[in-house]
Amino acid sequence: MYQYTDFDHAFLATRNAQFRAQVARRLDGSLTEDEFKPLRLMNGVYLQLHAYMLRVAIPYGTLGSDQMRVLADLAERWDRGYGHFTTRQNIQYNWPRLVDIPDMLDRLSDVGLHAIQTSGNTIRNVTADHFAGAAADEIADPRPVAELLRQWSTDHPEFQFLPRKFKIAVTGSPNDRAVTRAHDIGLVMTERDGERGFEVIVGGGLGRTPMIGKTVREFLPQADLLPYCEAIVSVYNQLGRRDNKFKARLKITVHEHGIDEIRARIEERFAQVRPLFSGVDQALLSELEAAFAPPAFLDNTPAPILDPLLRSFVDTNVTAHRRDDHAIVTISLKAHGATPGDATADQMRLMADLAEAHAYGELRISHEQNVILPHVRREALPDLHAALRAAGLGTANIGLASDIIACPGMDYCALATARSIPVAQAIATRIDALKIEHEVGHLKIKISGCINACGHHHVGHIGILGLDRAGVENYQITLGGDHTQTAAIGERAGPGFAYDQVVPAIERLILAYLDLRHSPDETFIDTFRRLGPAPFKAALYEQEARDAA
Amino acid sequence: MTRPFTPKVVTANLLREGDVVYLTASDEWVGDLSLAEVLTDEADAAIRLIDGSRQTDRVVGAYLADVRQGSGGPEPVHFREAFRATGPTNYAHGKRV
Repeated sequence: MYQYTDFDHAFLATRNAQFRAQVARRLDGSLTEDEFKPLRLMNGVYLQLHAYMLRVAIPYGTLGSDQMRVLADLAERWDRGYGHFTTRQNIQYNWPRLVDIPDMLDRLSDVGLHAIQTSGNTIRNVTADHFAGAAADEIADPRPVAELLRQWSTDHPEFQFLPRKFKIAVTGSPNDRAVTRAHDIGLVMTERDGERGFEVIVGGGLGRTPMIGKTVREFLPQADLLPYCEAIVSVYNQLGRRDNKFKARLKITVHEHGIDEIRARIEERFAQVRPLFSGVDQALLSELEAAFAPPAFLDNTPAPILDPLLRSFVDTNVTAHRRDDHAIVTISLKAHGATPGDATADQMRLMADLAEAHAYGELRISHEQNVILPHVRREALPDLHAALRAAGLGTANIGLASDIIACPGMDYCALATARSIPVAQAIATRIDALKIEHEVGHLKIKISGCINACGHHHVGHIGILGLDRAGVENYQITLGGDHTQTAAIGERAGPGFAYDQVVPAIERLILAYLDLRHSPDETFIDTFRRLGPAPFKAALYEQEARDAA
Repeated sequence: MTRPFTPKVVTANLLREGDVVYLTASDEWVGDLSLAEVLTDEADAAIRLIDGSRQTDRVVGAYLADVRQGSGGPEPVHFREAFRATGPTNYAHGKRV
């Protein structure tokens, strides 16, 4: 993993001291709220519904055990004993006091963490495949490139006041687990004639105008990555709509100008920028690749798994590792009825300890709001599972119907128009009561509490969008979304449902799928693609259909 | 014909702590909505909002929220304000403690 240099530590210390002074000036009245707001946002501090919120970046979702323990310390010392892992691989604290935040940032800096550019119209936390460096199906670990992009974009003087926020995701695998097609820039590692490079996708995004990104370069040599990204952001910085916040994202720029014009402008700018990159970036990348070298894997001989609970856990929560005697273990933060993505300080510490004991001290945060131990010796799986179960972290539901993405919604978020979390809790509880989720199999339910779509509802197989309809919570359902390499935006099924009608509606959808599928091997999304929306809509609106008959 | 004025309270968040608070008739900021000053006149509400907004050393983002008179004092009209008044619904946090 990347270790901070003296330069990094000095930069962070200076930045934190600067923010501490800004907070002090706000409190003594030297700064107005209007003056202070953009400064706090640049440091990840929001004012939400009930309190301030601090969003801490977890670059490309990678954490060490020492860092996870500090996240736990923050939760316990300055918050209310828990943190919320987000769909951008960050962690949010929902209850900090403004006066405490400088101390929180200093504590984070002890382990090379910060909240810089987790808000504002800048390049945000660079996200990556949460199985990076461990997955059996990847070309190479994408994290050195993600770290290169992080260093390039952090405090980049040209890109601190973009038309709107800007998100980059990178994957080293053709199986896209990083939702690259829903980012401003999506980078998919690929190879051509033995040379490593990237398919570059631009203009993806969810929000009020969801769009799947378009390929702007089929193959970009890795050596050209940084200047090409600089060209993209530079073109966006010039063309992006500053006159209308709702049309300011790159996806709208691409849509309005067309991908061909955008490509031509990027290439023109790239030709100007490329000579300025003398190779220093590639030298740094080589250093970063060395820093991200895999751990010294220990040979081990796992015993056959006989315990049925462990078998079930392995079936759902364990993914093939690049080494046969190791496994990728996903720890579900979606115990049935729990708040998706939340972990208590004690749970964070336990995961840190388990990572140290069984997984070379590495953890990952997924955009699906779970925690991953990327390198687990298979012989340790029984002990690991037992420890997780004892802490309420042994739920075997990864990829299943109760593994729901949910944004904070109106329980916390000042932008939300309806609640998300209780809907997710109620759906998961109902699914657990029915005992059908293992039979249902792979199913992605994603819930957002407003059109900003932090819960990725557009790309859920079943998406749920909470809205305010004349002062009452109302939930639209979308069907057929897909967040992977075959990305698709779900289509709205029809009229929305009242808060207390959402769970029955989702239950009807799931039961209809079980009736409609050819076999247990045909997943929900495959069945939807084969049949189209009609039979699912009929299940959703069966009462209306009966009334009309 | 003018629309009837919906009663209001002045609400904001504390600058230092971020807590949701309401303005009382004696210019105090309190966490309990039932103690808030209920404003039944549009002009009075506008003036009290100015009064609250001026207290920039104590609160952030003051605004007027609709209320109705309940048996125990003012109650939120909109569900957003109901959550602000009582805290999130997924945990016994905020004012649910």
